[in-house]
Amino acid sequence: MSYAGTERPKASMKRFVRHNDESPWVRWTLTGVALVFLGLFLVVPLLAVFAEAFKKGWETYMASISEPDTLAAVKLTLLTAAIAVPLNLVFGIAAAWCIAKFHFKGKNLLMTLIDLPFAVSPVISGLIFVLMFGAHGILGPLLGSLGIRIIFAVPGIILVTVFVTFPFIARELIPVMQAQGTEEEQAAVTLGANGWQTLFRITLPNVKWGLLYGVILCNARAMGEFGAVSVVSGHIRGMTNTIPLHVEILYNEYNFAAAFAVASLLAFLALVTLVLKCALEWKSDRSRRQERMR
Amino acid sequence: MGKASKNRHVLPGFGLSMGYMLAYLSFIVLIPLSVLFVKTASLGWRQFWETVTDERVLASYRLTFSASFAAACVNAVFGTLIAWVLVRYRFPGKRILDGLVDLPFALPTAVAGISLTALYSSSGWIGQYLERMGIKAAFTPLGIMIALTFIGLPFVVRTIQPVLQEVDEQYEEAAATLGAGRWKTFARVIFPPLLPALFTGFSLAFARALGEYGSVVFISGNMPMKTEITPLIIITKLEQFDYAGAAAIASVVLAASFLLLFLINFIQWRSSRKHAAG
Amino acid sequence: MSVEVRNVSKAYGSFQAVQDVSLEISTGELAALLGPSGSGKTTLLRLIAGLEKTDRGNIFFKGEDATNQSARERKVGFVFQHYALFRHMNIFNNVAFGLQVRPRKNRPSKKEIRERVFELLKLVQLEGFAERKPSQLSGGQRQRVALARALAIEPEVLLLDEPFGALDAKVRQELRRWLRDLHDRLNITTVFVTHDQEEALEMADRIVVMNEGKVEQTGTPEQVYHAPANPFVCSFLGRANLFRARVPGDQAADSMEIGYIRPHEIQVSMHRYDRTSVPSVINHIYTVGPTVRLEMTRMDTGEPFEAEMGRERFQELGVRAGETVFADLGDLKLFGTKPGGNPGMNYRPVRQMQSVGADVQPANR
Repeated sequence: MSYAGTERPKASMKRFVRHNDESPWVRWTLTGVALVFLGLFLVVPLLAVFAEAFKKGWETYMASISEPDTLAAVKLTLLTAAIAVPLNLVFGIAAAWCIAKFHFKGKNLLMTLIDLPFAVSPVISGLIFVLMFGAHGILGPLLGSLGIRIIFAVPGIILVTVFVTFPFIARELIPVMQAQGTEEEQAAVTLGANGWQTLFRITLPNVKWGLLYGVILCNARAMGEFGAVSVVSGHIRGMTNTIPLHVEILYNEYNFAAAFAVASLLAFLALVTLVLKCALEWKSDRSRRQERMR
Repeated sequence: MGKASKNRHVLPGFGLSMGYMLAYLSFIVLIPLSVLFVKTASLGWRQFWETVTDERVLASYRLTFSASFAAACVNAVFGTLIAWVLVRYRFPGKRILDGLVDLPFALPTAVAGISLTALYSSSGWIGQYLERMGIKAAFTPLGIMIALTFIGLPFVVRTIQPVLQEVDEQYEEAAATLGAGRWKTFARVIFPPLLPALFTGFSLAFARALGEYGSVVFISGNMPMKTEITPLIIITKLEQFDYAGAAAIASVVLAASFLLLFLINFIQWRSSRKHAAG
Repeated sequence: MSVEVRNVSKAYGSFQAVQDVSLEISTGELAALLGPSGSGKTTLLRLIAGLEKTDRGNIFFKGEDATNQSARERKVGFVFQHYALFRHMNIFNNVAFGLQVRPRKNRPSKKEIRERVFELLKLVQLEGFAERKPSQLSGGQRQRVALARALAIEPEVLLLDEPFGALDAKVRQELRRWLRDLHDRLNITTVFVTHDQEEALEMADRIVVMNEGKVEQTGTPEQVYHAPANPFVCSFLGRANLFRARVPGDQAADSMEIGYIRPHEIQVSMHRYDRTSVPSVINHIYTVGPTVRLEMTRMDTGEPFEAEMGRERFQELGVRAGETVFADLGDLKLFGTKPGGNPGMNYRPVRQMQSVGADVQPANR
């Protein structure tokens, strides 16, 4: 790890380590405990979502999903992700290019700054944007006079989502780009390539798996962010509710079946994210192994 | 005699990328954060102190802190164990389980929140058994701790896994040839290099738990003085338009998080220096 | 195109990699920058390429000041030590890259690019490899692709950073010969970096010997080998034995001199050959291919040294380890050390010595 705050370090099993010198019963006990723990804390909650969602039957499920407020929430969530992810993608590439390919002082400080949203509680993230753009905030009166509403409206949701998810892509890319070194870029430059050509033809293709993975993770968080969005949203049904907020509303109204039905959409998204993550890691391992053939 | 050339960098694009990055960081991170401290400052020292040391707020600090710490400890123990099992042993379904460890990262907090509440409430799958044993999980600090354990699970596992994988078998074999039993070998040869990673994972889980909202707010019940977490107090203050009060409490929490982040950075820097020198 | 380096210096932090180096390479020359690790040779090469910026000094191509030009503008062909092939592109695209990134007005048509690439692949004898990826090639093949890629942009200067460093000995030899041929055919000004003196001696028209950021000597292979300017060059190019000698000075003080003689310059015989012959004991005998190497110790001073001879001569001698023979040190070269410590750079061949013994006394003082 090159810097702190690594929320999700990279390993999955790469190499099976073969030396089992423990007695079998120790092995099985440890494995058993691990399985029980994981089952209890991971598998069961996941299953519970789907179980509760379908408790009242398939029709109720479909009705909950296709309800207009739910659809509006889905649309808003998708919109938010569609804006936040590309913005953070550009940032991530710029940050990774700057940090990985150049020498300068203050790199560690910069990387700590990039990690900042991880250290900030989601509620506080929302709070600081309310303080800046809310009606009583610093820029509030100015924006009000211009007729621009940020807090308790869609722009605020997008802004806050950008804040909370912007480190993901950068942190994926930086170590990968650092590991690749700068030789190929130097070669490109001696051959006459300018900056953009070097970036798009040489650097990015080399990090494509890391890039994709960062995008997927960023997207999952952007769609699932709750605390921060909750603060800035205003909870106006049908207008400023994302899927997670809608789940909260349904739950607080004791409409459990509907709440879980909508939640299952997100759970499904989470599973897809995990599957894609595994697939990407496998692919990047494979291509790295191929390159190492000398 | 020549003069030094003006461009310092060989590869192009430094100015542009650095400029964009700084602008983005300022707009999205630095300025909003500074607004927080500005707003807090507007309170004046005395009022600030009263706000952040209010009974209810103090209770929430105690709760948040202790539940996060406990959850991080649980994760430290079981996370190490899980990492060990995943790295060293083979069993059917291991790959799936390994992928699943990241679930708390990928699953939105609200979904986790309602799911855990349903599970541990009196009529829930797990809750009903606990009830029979006289343990109440939902709407108690225990429930909060369970939710925070869920959230922090991947941190310890994922920080320890790579380190464990890199442990050279030669050391274990040497210990074995010198007569050390398995437990001794673990305690004195394998475990020590894991300590920095364990500490990092623990701190990350702890820091994350401190600020957690979505997965906790459902299962906690939010009773003031008993099961109210600090983030909720902040929201309450916001809803009452007590912006300054909310900012004050938030800055205390933020300061604690930054301290933790700084500590993690420092430990990592120290341990990498030690290893580089050694 | 000629390359001139004038008073160039470059430091990394407190480490002075290149110190006030000046040299000239004529058009069409094949020059070697030779020196041990840390001598600054790679840094100098990269400075010429524009991959590093000079702290002081200027670099001229064809008489024009290129010091402030970027690597991109200098149009030099650079071959990296580890090839730096673009790993996700096939060989064709690697070689074509320099042509594909040209600004639109200078860019050749797709057809022209194709022709040129295949022409180059033919030149480096890798015609059938266009579709393959770098990971599928051997080290020597990758090296040739890197060369083809650098040649594609029709550079006027070709720079190679330890081109054969990462290859097996056999492949290295073949490629050396091949590169020399290529150079003779294309006649591009070429500069390559190496720490292997044999490589430099074999390939280069001119050798620049570097040490600790400075140029120790420039000259043809003949010159640097047979007329080394100082102890460093002497011991770096080929094997050399070191002897201390006190030489009586013209003025008052005697000076301590360091004498060098190459193993094959030592005549070994059963009888005293000349006044310069020294009795020595043979410690070990090694046969290295066609040569025989004798590790010996001088009986008067106890200094160890090596002598070398052909197998026939050795068989004529018919000696064994442990026996005493005479080693003639007549071809000893001296580099002066004045009293007070600074090594001088005077090269004086010593032909006759007045007496034999612990002090080697030159006759012609």
